[in-house]
Amino acid sequence: MAGPARQRYRITFSKTEAMRFTGHLDLHRTWERTFRRASLPLAYSAGFNPQPKINIGAALPLGCLSEGDLIDVWLESEVDPLQVESSLRLAAPPGIRVDEVRPIEPTEPVLQSMVRAAVFEAVSANLAALDEIDRRIGALIEAEHLPRIRRGKSYDLRPLIEEIRWDRATSKLWMRLVSRGGATGRPEEVLDALGLDPADFVIRRTGLVLSGPEEAQPG
Amino acid sequence: MPRAMEPAEIERALAPVLPKVEKPGRYTGGELNQLVKDWDVVPTRVALVFPDVYDLGMSNLGLAVLYDILNRQPGVLAERVFAPWPDMEAALRRDGIPLFSLETKHALRDFDLIGVSLPYETLYTNTLNLLDLGGVPLRTADRRRDDPVVIAGGHATYNPEPMAEFLDAFAIGEGEDLILEVVAAVRAWRESGQERAALHHSLARIWGVYVPSLYCAHYAEDGSLERTTPLEPSVPARVIKRIVPQLPPPMTRFIVPYIDVTHNRVAVEIMRGCTRGCRFCQAGMITRPVRERSVDEIVDAIDEALRQTGYEEVALLSLSSSDFDEVLPLVRAVRQRFAGRHLNLSLPSLRIESFSVELMDLLQGEAHRSGFTLAPEAATERMRQIINKPVSTAQVLDTAREIYRHGWHTIKLYFMIGHPQETLEDVQAIADLCKQVLAVGREIVGGRAHVTAGVSTFVPKPHTPFQWVPCDTVEQIRAKQALLKRSLRGPGLKLNWNHPEETMLEAWLSRGDRRMGQIIEQAWRRGARFDAWQDHLRMDAWLAAFEATGLDPAFYTHRERPIDETLPWDHIDAGVRKAFLTEDYLWSLRGRTRVDCRERCFACGILPRFADLRRLNPGDVWECPEVRSPVRVPAEILSLTPA
Repeated sequence: MAGPARQRYRITFSKTEAMRFTGHLDLHRTWERTFRRASLPLAYSAGFNPQPKINIGAALPLGCLSEGDLIDVWLESEVDPLQVESSLRLAAPPGIRVDEVRPIEPTEPVLQSMVRAAVFEAVSANLAALDEIDRRIGALIEAEHLPRIRRGKSYDLRPLIEEIRWDRATSKLWMRLVSRGGATGRPEEVLDALGLDPADFVIRRTGLVLSGPEEAQPG
Repeated sequence: MPRAMEPAEIERALAPVLPKVEKPGRYTGGELNQLVKDWDVVPTRVALVFPDVYDLGMSNLGLAVLYDILNRQPGVLAERVFAPWPDMEAALRRDGIPLFSLETKHALRDFDLIGVSLPYETLYTNTLNLLDLGGVPLRTADRRRDDPVVIAGGHATYNPEPMAEFLDAFAIGEGEDLILEVVAAVRAWRESGQERAALHHSLARIWGVYVPSLYCAHYAEDGSLERTTPLEPSVPARVIKRIVPQLPPPMTRFIVPYIDVTHNRVAVEIMRGCTRGCRFCQAGMITRPVRERSVDEIVDAIDEALRQTGYEEVALLSLSSSDFDEVLPLVRAVRQRFAGRHLNLSLPSLRIESFSVELMDLLQGEAHRSGFTLAPEAATERMRQIINKPVSTAQVLDTAREIYRHGWHTIKLYFMIGHPQETLEDVQAIADLCKQVLAVGREIVGGRAHVTAGVSTFVPKPHTPFQWVPCDTVEQIRAKQALLKRSLRGPGLKLNWNHPEETMLEAWLSRGDRRMGQIIEQAWRRGARFDAWQDHLRMDAWLAAFEATGLDPAFYTHRERPIDETLPWDHIDAGVRKAFLTEDYLWSLRGRTRVDCRERCFACGILPRFADLRRLNPGDVWECPEVRSPVRVPAEILSLTPA
């Protein structure tokens, strides 16, 4: 794991419209290139095929935007966080907005293992589709199981939905879904379960819910 | 034809479409280093089209260079347009959305000038498809004053005739300077308000521009071409290819895609042209003379491009890296400047000699070693003499030994079948050589040794010494491939080959005349698209197109053309004289080879064709030896002071 000379930083960022259709692996590569353009001393793993030590909090479904997204990075030497922040802002592509950079303890748990839920907001221009929305949400919440099939595998969507609300004033569908290694609720699956076409919505993940350190695996 | 749509409408219409197509990131634009100019204030708007999918188009250096050159001009904007994948095409047609540019989402028909990149022939149906999707009339004759001007350039256009009906003009040769002259001509024409014919005449006056509508092809009764002649005396009888006398500084501002594409890398062309004279190689004939960039210029460009992109991969491109004069200093300088930066460096097209192994060893340092590629192209001495690639089997085996010794486990060997005068023994020798290389590998790295044989099928290309020879028939190709498949079995061996249908298509399109245009259009109307993609090639559509037009495919591919037959591309002057190609073809029949023409000039024709340019760019600006000047006696240095 991170040697004593290595510094760890946590970056809060937003994924904006230009990168809406960039998948998780490609986002990873985009970050790697952003660090290289910023001339930050990115740390690499040891071994036959060294990889940059960056760690994205949670994968985002293709087509979603995000705010309050998190990524951890290890640098070979200590750099003033304000300098990290300003150089990343300059180097970031149009699809990434760097919001905050702060140093964190190298011994903190792995970022992914701390994420336990994610909050999504879905907005539709097509209000006609939303007529019966309150009733459908009620039915969804009351269901004990929501068996679904995704990519040929069956699973139960219901336990992955922690909370779901419909805000008529802003026509936003707000949901908090479980987001752990093996169990991740997907917003487009929830929309589909509500009888709505996900393609009619702009979905934004507005935050990740982190667990306390005692729940997560050590880093 | 799609209806007219403003960019805002196009964006609205795309919103529900994009989440449902494969890899929607291909259609969004907005990448780092993309250039967006104000559409309403820039007078000349150019769409740069690569008629294949984004993933390939974004990996094309030529298009990136032109994008950079055009967008540096204050009065010009250039935006990218690529071919939509079939699922996206279906969605665009269903919803009546015109094909659009990535930068500002303008419909293709809204541009003043459309520049299509045609590096290979199997992009022709996609080109028609793009024009159709973009609302541009397919045929030049049907375009009106307000329609865009459509031009094409790239290696395939050295035989422009098959696409002659669809393009206002072709850019023959190198585009760096030419494109700006074309833009100026288009702008002046638009301002003049004249008819399209006026534009065609002004384009035809630009060095390197071929305007097919100003020429007429005459055919004999047996269907062979008699001559291609200009319709008016003011139009040049032959169009001489354009060259830049010296390579301009390499471009460094690469667009960085958000999604994975074919090549994610900084690419620097270190040298243009090749002096080896392999007779099958069209690139080697049409890119003369050889011009190199300096080591400092290359290394500085890599540095700047890495700063602009953050890429982790760098490719140093040329037709024959080993022939770059300063190749060792280049590799040393690259290592020195970029060591420890976790870069993957590549130097393709190395000669078959142990020095190449030392070069790669030095270049890649501690980096992960995947495969080492060698291209013997043929496996018998006889065949190598015919194609003028004189490398001995011993040299191949010695080089292979060095490669395995230096830590590579896989060697990729590139060959071609279907060379002129090839027999089944020559093909068997390919399999035997692969096994010999594998045996060498086994001695050194044991069971980890691998050999991959990439065996493509030769298509005689225009402007080469083999331009007269027939192509193998499908049956001949199948027999040769069957032999290879039987012989190249077993652990450690892998064989890749091209389907004979792909080869036939490539041959028709590269060797065709003006009549091929109707076949291309018919095939496209019958559903041919993405012909370069094995899974998409619709042979039925092509054969039906031949049937419908009454033309015989074998006429183009399986006929040995008489040496005095007028070829469809004879009015295109690539600088290499037809007399030289004829002589070289006759030499090949006698198995006579030529040495590297840096050592000795064989009078290919480049120097007299560009004599004025050569006078202005003497010495080693071009790698051609000085042929006219008498042998220089080195001047004695006299010491003026007593020792």
